[in-house]
Amino acid sequence: MGSLAGIGAGLAAIGAGIGIGKIGASATEAMARQPEFAGKIQTAMLIAAALVEGVALFAVVVAMIK
Amino acid sequence: MCEKINPSRLCFINKKVYFCTEFLIMHMKKIFILAWLILVWGNVSAQHGHEPDKSGEHTEKQEEGFDTGKLVAHHLSDSHDYLFELPFIHKTIHLPVILWTDKGLSVFSSKAFQGDNEGRVVVTDDKGNKFVRIHEVIYYADKVGGHDHPSVFDFDSRPLDFSITRNVVAIFFVFVLLFVVLYYTVKGYNNPKKLPKGLASFLEPIIIFIRDDVAIPNIGKDKYEKYMPYLLTVFFFILFSNLIGLIPFAPFGHNITGNILVTFVLATFTFIITTLSGNKHYWKHILAPDVPKALWPIMVPIEILGMFTKPFALMVRLFANILAGHTIIISLVALIFIFGSLAVSPVSAFFVIFMSFIELMVAFIQAYIFTILSALFIGLAVEEHEEHAHETSH
Repeated sequence: MGSLAGIGAGLAAIGAGIGIGKIGASATEAMARQPEFAGKIQTAMLIAAALVEGVALFAVVVAMIK
Repeated sequence: MCEKINPSRLCFINKKVYFCTEFLIMHMKKIFILAWLILVWGNVSAQHGHEPDKSGEHTEKQEEGFDTGKLVAHHLSDSHDYLFELPFIHKTIHLPVILWTDKGLSVFSSKAFQGDNEGRVVVTDDKGNKFVRIHEVIYYADKVGGHDHPSVFDFDSRPLDFSITRNVVAIFFVFVLLFVVLYYTVKGYNNPKKLPKGLASFLEPIIIFIRDDVAIPNIGKDKYEKYMPYLLTVFFFILFSNLIGLIPFAPFGHNITGNILVTFVLATFTFIITTLSGNKHYWKHILAPDVPKALWPIMVPIEILGMFTKPFALMVRLFANILAGHTIIISLVALIFIFGSLAVSPVSAFFVIFMSFIELMVAFIQAYIFTILSALFIGLAVEEHEEHAHETSH
């Protein structure tokens, strides 16, 4: 059913949103505590965000195949 | 520093150039926004060129609504015809179909299918094979009998398809682009006493970045040089392919990395390089890990499976990110057709611009992620071991 696939993709989006939100929160907090490492923290944040998003997109791919 | 130019003292042509550039610089922001809007208009009107043949199929029923799924599938999937479309030029180039059948090699132009995608046109080649094409996949005509939707995975009913499809042409185009850009980069290093000139000075920070922040930390100072060509190639290939997918007019606008077979090949390259450069410690960790022997029936299959899931994750991550981005942009443009009114276009254009910025960031990030994870896997394979006493201190 098409709508079930849509629900599945939506749940994956919730997971991605929560995960990347937490990453962003801890990254900005770390940057506030040690501003001289802001560049490295930003790099690590982008890598972690891409990995979390990869997991969420696995679910989107499964939803697309239905 | 240069002194301020007095326009009244310039000759006629120089005056025009001066005022043109001054205009350009002062109104840069508006010009930039105008250029983006023209790009979006180009995108929308190139889409509009498809509409006539699509609406013909839809007026059978009353008010069926716009089928976005079909539009997305038509734009993002591979195709045997190359549609060259600019706002006022619509040209279809029929690419050659190269099939390996049981009776040998069979080459013909895809014009023989006459644009049919539903399996109605049967093409007979000179060896006596009959082919039909359903949804851009070629099957043997006699194996497609009762049901009208044979599965793509039914390998008995399909010849081996080595055709030059639209993605293959796009990948060749990326090759040419890569070669031209990197050739001029290399030429900037002609004089070893001076700083690199031209394109080299633009790309050098990126290449240094990949060497110093991707290769050396992950692979190690003494071993990274062997793998630099692969990492640089894969980075620039994925970057250029992603960027080409974002530009809506021909000859750009092809969905290369959004095709899972392309990313499968890239991940296979990483897998082959990682496996072939694994040293004794790598294989020892996989086949004889440092755990009590009672756990080996669990650990060894998991480790072997882990050898395959890492490139698999690389493949799906790149594919899904890029495909999702392209799907979102096409769907936002299709909003205009879903609502059927031109008043939606400012909203749609704004969303498309916004999503395009995000997709630009994703293009760079995904190329970087693929490269750094490949470097990480290669580093895991070639790393030399410190003393075992070091491990117990973790």
